[in-house]
Amino acid sequence: MYKIVDKKVMAEGTVCQLEVEAARVARKAKPGQFIVLRIDEKGERIPLTMAKQDLEKGTLTIIFQVVGKTTAHLATLEPGDALIDVIGPLGMPTHIKKYDGPVICVGGGTGVAVLYPITRGYKEAGNEVIGIIGARTKDLLILEEEMKGVTDDLRITTDDGSYGHHGFVTDVLKQILEERDDVKMVVGIGPVPMMRFVCKTTEPFNVPTTVSLNPIMVDATGMCGACRVTVGGKTRFVCVDGPEFDGHQVDFDELTQRLRMYVEEEKKSYELFKQKNA
Amino acid sequence: MAEKGKKIPRQAMPEQDPKVRAHNFDEVPYGYDEKLAQLEAQRCLQCKKPKCVEGCPVEVEIPQFIKFIVEGDFAAAARQLKNKNSLPAVCGRVCPQESQCENTCILGKKAEPVAIGRLERFAADYERNNNLVTIPEIASSTGKRVAVVGSGPASLTLAGDLIKKGHEVIIYEALHTPGGVLVYGIPEFRLPKAIVAAEVDYLQKMGVKIETDVVVGKTTTIDELLEDHDAVFLGVGAGLPLFLNLPGENLCGIYSANEYLTRSNLMKAYKFPEYDTPIALGKNVAVIGAGNVAMDSARTALRLGADTVKIVYRRSRAEMPARAEEVHHAEEEGVQFELLTNPVKFIGNEDGWVTGMECIRMELGEPDDSGRRRPIPIEGSNFTLECDTVIVALGTRANPLIPSTTPDLKLNKRGYIEADPETGATSKKGVYAGGDIVTGSATVILAMGAGRKAANAIHEYLMGSA
Repeated sequence: MYKIVDKKVMAEGTVCQLEVEAARVARKAKPGQFIVLRIDEKGERIPLTMAKQDLEKGTLTIIFQVVGKTTAHLATLEPGDALIDVIGPLGMPTHIKKYDGPVICVGGGTGVAVLYPITRGYKEAGNEVIGIIGARTKDLLILEEEMKGVTDDLRITTDDGSYGHHGFVTDVLKQILEERDDVKMVVGIGPVPMMRFVCKTTEPFNVPTTVSLNPIMVDATGMCGACRVTVGGKTRFVCVDGPEFDGHQVDFDELTQRLRMYVEEEKKSYELFKQKNA
Repeated sequence: MAEKGKKIPRQAMPEQDPKVRAHNFDEVPYGYDEKLAQLEAQRCLQCKKPKCVEGCPVEVEIPQFIKFIVEGDFAAAARQLKNKNSLPAVCGRVCPQESQCENTCILGKKAEPVAIGRLERFAADYERNNNLVTIPEIASSTGKRVAVVGSGPASLTLAGDLIKKGHEVIIYEALHTPGGVLVYGIPEFRLPKAIVAAEVDYLQKMGVKIETDVVVGKTTTIDELLEDHDAVFLGVGAGLPLFLNLPGENLCGIYSANEYLTRSNLMKAYKFPEYDTPIALGKNVAVIGAGNVAMDSARTALRLGADTVKIVYRRSRAEMPARAEEVHHAEEEGVQFELLTNPVKFIGNEDGWVTGMECIRMELGEPDDSGRRRPIPIEGSNFTLECDTVIVALGTRANPLIPSTTPDLKLNKRGYIEADPETGATSKKGVYAGGDIVTGSATVILAMGAGRKAANAIHEYLMGSA
């Protein structure tokens, strides 16, 4: 069992942060990698990204948005409760290196949780790092302080204009790319439509763009192929080949469709959960 | 007994009615009762030089255990089995006896062989169901520690052997439940998970430690394991599913057999929404391939409520790699066979769901390298097979997770680990391997045989270096 030692509720209760004891995983985790967890015996295995690790305490921190039954259930857990399984670190770490120009790290929604350790990695490697983080509204924005600490320049956007730039992260991204022609790398992590637009935005500027994909997974060790995506016309397994890919090569239509494969079942499961916990 | 052997026919094993069982996940055969078991056991000629034993990859003492059944000492029969086979309840169910022990049984020359598998299953079940399982004697501690990676049949066999010899044994399993293919791959109706759990429990009672949720190659590495273990055994199976690489293969509703079976078996998706993991409940299901895994997938699809389930196979019935018994069971339950048929591409709707599969008819030409007649497409014979779920059951290959983090582990051309067939020794000192990760997809019993050989070799290695 993997004990929960701390909990923070963010963004109007729709985003949660849990710190979980999992020393074995924390010890090995690198930016870009993820974990799979299962809450209890009847639970499903879901992939989630680690926002940070505390090697001394042997803990890792996950941040997630409540989108269905498992995440809703996860949000009801309190310190002292435990998860039945935490597996990882999985996937390939981000290939972080020093570029001779700025790296732009773009995050939307809870994607910022994934983006944060990667951003920190680029900063620690000596890069000039520009951060752009966005959310629907101010209260949904996460990790602003943390991102500020690992970027040279942090821009903020909200869809409703309640904080920062009124608009999308891609508006600011486009503006920066127009102003500076020395941008060497863009990392875009967030909801699939956002990542798609980040890639569309960078394409005309010919700036390499990495996205981190979060498809449906089961074992997450390369055994089942549930997470397969088409990248550059080839089938790849996100769990072992990814989760990061060249965004300009990703078939986002297919990814979107595959993410909706169990939409009916997910709805049913969530409804049952809400009824039981009403 | 020899006299009786000529008179008593081979006893059938009672089983669930096909029409009923096609809609439940309960085990198909009920197994022999004591009477039937004794009747069948009496058929054994008790050969002085038993051919059946030669046919068994782990050389189970077959005449001896059968003799105990004749005498009515069923627990002794089980103990005799366990001298050589640590998983008799599993092997009695999933071993291809017809091509092993029963194939070499002398009775089979003129009539039908002794139903060794059914007797094995009976003895093991009797022992377990009557709480007669005893923990064997464990040798005094050698002070040596062995890491076992993976917890499928090769690893479980090896762990049982090494713990008895006094070594400390720790199994590291990537998934959340131990058992490997026995829990994620083989369905409940063929191998109840409670049986696997009982076998694992037995090992734990002997002192084997099991750590689940450890992905070797990620959570830890072979080199790290070698720091605090004296030897490592790799029994990780061949975990990477093969796909056809045809257009449309990533449409929703198209699964690898690994995924389909893992969802249903390990994650219990057949009990959704009681269990959280969903699975597509296709009405018209196509299963590509005709091995045992294909049969398991097809029969699972039926039980999940499919109207039609079709096995699509490019060769003919004679070449199907599945056991005859599996094909027979599948057919009885209503699985249909589209033989000499090969998919060309998958067709989907605007939501990205599969709606059909364009296929081409095949004919058999000259034998190929495998000795089987090569299937050749018949030009212009294309047609569309309607389906809303497709399961690709074409086999597996080696998962590169461990080799990619263990550069000094030698692989063969196909990516499997190179290991001495007699000892399991790999190119890396103190590291042994066995089962599907060495041979490619094979059977439970062959993996167990490899586990046994590696256990002996590891024991010698550990004691030699003492």
